[in-house]
Amino acid sequence: MKNYSLLTSAASILLAFTLTFIGGELKAQQGIDDVLNNGEIRGNFQLEAQYYQEDSLIGAQDVPEKILSNGFLNLIYTNGSFSMGVRYESYLNALLGFPEGYRGNGVTYRFASFTQEKMSVTVGNFYEQFGNGLIFRTYEERGLGYDNMMDGVRVKFKPAPGLSLTGITGKQRLFFEYGEGIVRGLDAEFYLNDGISALANSKTQIILGASGISKYQPDQDSRYVLPENVGAVAGRVNITHGFFNVNAEYAWKANDPSADNGYIYRPGEALFVQASYSRKGFGLVLAAKRNDNMSFRSDRTEGQQNLLINYLPALTKQHTYNLLATLYPYAVQLNGEVAFQADLIYKFDKGSVLGGKYGMDVQFNVATANNIDTTMLNDERTTRQGYTSDWFKRGELYFQDINTQITKKFSKKVKGRFTYANLIYNQDVIEGKPGVPVIRANVGIADVTYKFNMRNSLRTEVQFLLTEQDQGDWATAIFEYSYAPHWFFAIMDQYNYGNEDPERQIHYYNASMGYNNGGNRITLSYGRQRAGIFCVGGVCRVVPASSGLYLSLTSSF
Amino acid sequence: MTLRLNLLIVLFLSFSALSFAQNNEIPAVDVKKIDGTTFNTGDIENDGKPIIINFWATWCSPCKRELNNIAEMYEEWVEETGVKLIALSIDDARNMGKVAPYVNGKGWEYEVYIDPNGDFKRALGVNNVPHTFLVDGNGKIVWQHNSYSEGDEYELFELVKKLSEGESID
Repeated sequence: MKNYSLLTSAASILLAFTLTFIGGELKAQQGIDDVLNNGEIRGNFQLEAQYYQEDSLIGAQDVPEKILSNGFLNLIYTNGSFSMGVRYESYLNALLGFPEGYRGNGVTYRFASFTQEKMSVTVGNFYEQFGNGLIFRTYEERGLGYDNMMDGVRVKFKPAPGLSLTGITGKQRLFFEYGEGIVRGLDAEFYLNDGISALANSKTQIILGASGISKYQPDQDSRYVLPENVGAVAGRVNITHGFFNVNAEYAWKANDPSADNGYIYRPGEALFVQASYSRKGFGLVLAAKRNDNMSFRSDRTEGQQNLLINYLPALTKQHTYNLLATLYPYAVQLNGEVAFQADLIYKFDKGSVLGGKYGMDVQFNVATANNIDTTMLNDERTTRQGYTSDWFKRGELYFQDINTQITKKFSKKVKGRFTYANLIYNQDVIEGKPGVPVIRANVGIADVTYKFNMRNSLRTEVQFLLTEQDQGDWATAIFEYSYAPHWFFAIMDQYNYGNEDPERQIHYYNASMGYNNGGNRITLSYGRQRAGIFCVGGVCRVVPASSGLYLSLTSSF
Repeated sequence: MTLRLNLLIVLFLSFSALSFAQNNEIPAVDVKKIDGTTFNTGDIENDGKPIIINFWATWCSPCKRELNNIAEMYEEWVEETGVKLIALSIDDARNMGKVAPYVNGKGWEYEVYIDPNGDFKRALGVNNVPHTFLVDGNGKIVWQHNSYSEGDEYELFELVKKLSEGESID
């Protein structure tokens, strides 16, 4: 009944908007015809369900509901310059490891927007980011339950060639509700080559940007007098000249005492610089970042990934191989970090000594992250500035990753990719486990594909992670058989053979299969899932160990 | 009451009419070129020849396998059918800067755009990457495929050939 009335009201809004924008003179019948014949509906659907079995060996708890599921459906209707959409989400109850705030069903996302020549307006929910996101980014990662979208109004306006302005106001999503804080902001971006005729034909392309965000949250704290309005500003530049590119952004935030920073009144700042050079067969990226007290939320009392207004990208390689990606991945430290990264890619041509018949690709990556330097002021009872920090010094090491990857095709049937990584992982800080030692690990991975013919192929992964700390050594083997273009079958075992406790030397086996056709895909798997940290798009979620049957359905239309 | 009933009928019709009312045009949203400037996806075109739109990311292994495999044959594909492949990266600020060096480093000849805010991804109903769309000579999306397995590219090329010869694909 609830859904029924929802759809009816959605239809009324749809019709009302369409009629309004098509022009009042048109008769309703024509409007309806237009809705039917010229509009388009696109969307997608996903359902994940797991049947849980108790498995005391791996620490998989009994789940009272036995079956848990997450699902959503997105519908977006577009008709010319008009668009509207809804999303229905369902968590009955949410899969283990998902934030607990997701419980029940409901419509969480709805918007309507229209675009005219120079202006575009969106009301309802929207996702937006200014520059690199240092002061503002609302974003969704459905697979992890991360969603801090806005509910409010967004206006985009292009007043002159090369110039675009974006204004936003709204509240942010927190599970099935909205946070109490109000977020308002303005961004201006100027593409010089379009705006200044003298630069129209210049080989150097320059984009300048400036943005400001202000959040409002009432002060109901009995201990401190807190700023109810907190402002943040950022400036950026992006220059491309031939094969060179430089992208830099600096952000500053006024004092913003919060649970994250221990209610200190120190302002925050962040700097992000990325430079790259690339030509055919060669690419180099150098990046540096420093963020100091830049946690920025629309509710100062929140933690985890909740109600974050901004985004501080991690400057580490985003690995995809299981052991490398889910045992010791780095998560950005919002309170302060200094990070550097260098990434090199080189292609040895076909016919060269190392390239052989088919060529060979080599990638090399180094990333480090340290705490910022801090000198405590011990001013808790006076100014509460917390600390001072020297820009040119670094504090404790949080993370280091030195890795290399070689991709080579040996023959028409065989190709491989080989990875080595050396990791240093400060588990104490990154996972908040005081007293645990820093983890040093060496990881080696071979990924070899054998192609029987155009349709049939077998991919094998063998991975080793060697460490003296934490749970000791791990090995993983995966065999994935695919029958293109519709089927795949895979078996996998992860074995913690190096665990000091012989009883914890556990096999985590898993078998899965999948079928896909058109925009539809179904995956079924059975087995054990090791506790780990799953990251997508730079957001990570800790997932507990589980055992059972997992089903996933996705569909795009 | 009658209004409500009408609306219900409208709704019913619009849903039941979906399959044939769909124009399947490429939605027009702003994405970024690899030099950071803005590009509107409504301007995607290939002179009446087929277009492949492939969503990928620098952190997605199957995506890279797919695009690297196609890269080996791309020249022949273009020669034979005039097809154009648009590689749409969904990388965000963390990895956006790596897109151009990766594309150039691998020597890809594709047209590459970045969708850091996920606007184009949402407009096309993409759940996860890799996700491939096939657009015919009239600019209509006629086929899609989610995920990648070794060898999928052969089916894709068969479909591209059909489109380039003006046949319909079902």
